[in-house]
Amino acid sequence: MFVLVVGVGRVGASVAKRALERGETVSVLDRDALSHEQLEQGMPITWEEAGGLFTVGAALESEALIAAGIERADVVVAATNGDNTNLVVAQIAKERFKVAKVIARVLDPARAEWYGQRGGIETICGTSRAIELVDHSIAAAEGGS
Amino acid sequence: MYVVIAGGGKVGVNLARELLEKGYEVTLIEQRRDRYTVIEDELEHVVQYGDATEMWVLERAGVLRADLLVAVTGDDEDNILICQMAKEKYMCERIVARVNNPRNVEHFNLLGIRPAVSATNMILRLIEHEVPKIGLVHLLELTDDQIEIIEVEVLEGAQAANCAVSDIPLPDGSLIISVLRPDGGFVPRPDTLIGVGDEVLVVLAPGLEEQVAAVFNPPASS
Repeated sequence: MFVLVVGVGRVGASVAKRALERGETVSVLDRDALSHEQLEQGMPITWEEAGGLFTVGAALESEALIAAGIERADVVVAATNGDNTNLVVAQIAKERFKVAKVIARVLDPARAEWYGQRGGIETICGTSRAIELVDHSIAAAEGGS
Repeated sequence: MYVVIAGGGKVGVNLARELLEKGYEVTLIEQRRDRYTVIEDELEHVVQYGDATEMWVLERAGVLRADLLVAVTGDDEDNILICQMAKEKYMCERIVARVNNPRNVEHFNLLGIRPAVSATNMILRLIEHEVPKIGLVHLLELTDDQIEIIEVEVLEGAQAANCAVSDIPLPDGSLIISVLRPDGGFVPRPDTLIGVGDEVLVVLAPGLEEQVAAVFNPPASS
């Protein structure tokens, strides 16, 4: 499988590395060349030596997406630090490049829910997950006292 | 008529001011605290503080009863999302979006955000209209309908120069609809003679521009 990860932050870098370890072809796109360092944290060899692809460019620029291989991607993960950028990139991947599976990381639970239900793209909301876990933990403490 | 404007930059504030003067009801949404404070001095209750890509902010601004939503933030992703939610979630009848980077026009089109207005592109069009020598000018593009109208000047040595309209070898899918001369424009007849210096409006299917322009320009000298 060809996996394209747009945005190399904490989430993007870890997701990219895991996919590479599983033996997928992984390409990452980030506007900051220095994000390469984040990607290589904890790796014994460089990202390229491990077989990874890296492209510097803006998430919304079609040329950058094409250079990063979106045309042959089976999965696109939009994981920049901007919810709106992720939602737009994900829709471009789906509507224009007809990528089979598109996942957008969205921090705002409301937008994540609405765009998730709208269809086409999958949204993952870490905030909702954190709220549930914290709430659950508090409820457990209340139950114990 | 009720208008919600997202983005309190120069465009948004001036728009709000003009619309208020015309008697419209307006709400302006601005997300930067310092900018909000400045605008509030002048526009008072018309301006609301918040991120217009947040649903609750749009709802608080009354997007549900808005007749028109205008997204003019400095961020194209934000403008796309605001318009998308206004249209599809809140059933707002009319939207207008600002395009900051003309390269993003294709994304607005792809996602059905129309009209999407790019000041840069509009100025480019005006420059091209003033300087038609640099080629043909796109006057109108109806992307959905696969139709566009271009303006092209007839140059010395062109195939079309001193030729009757019916004899001009235009490709299928294109048609001369008007001729512009210093004393005015008119719709030509099949026997109208086209002269050097005439400006000709041609309606055509996208992709035929070069073939059409070749008829009105002299053959490239090698």
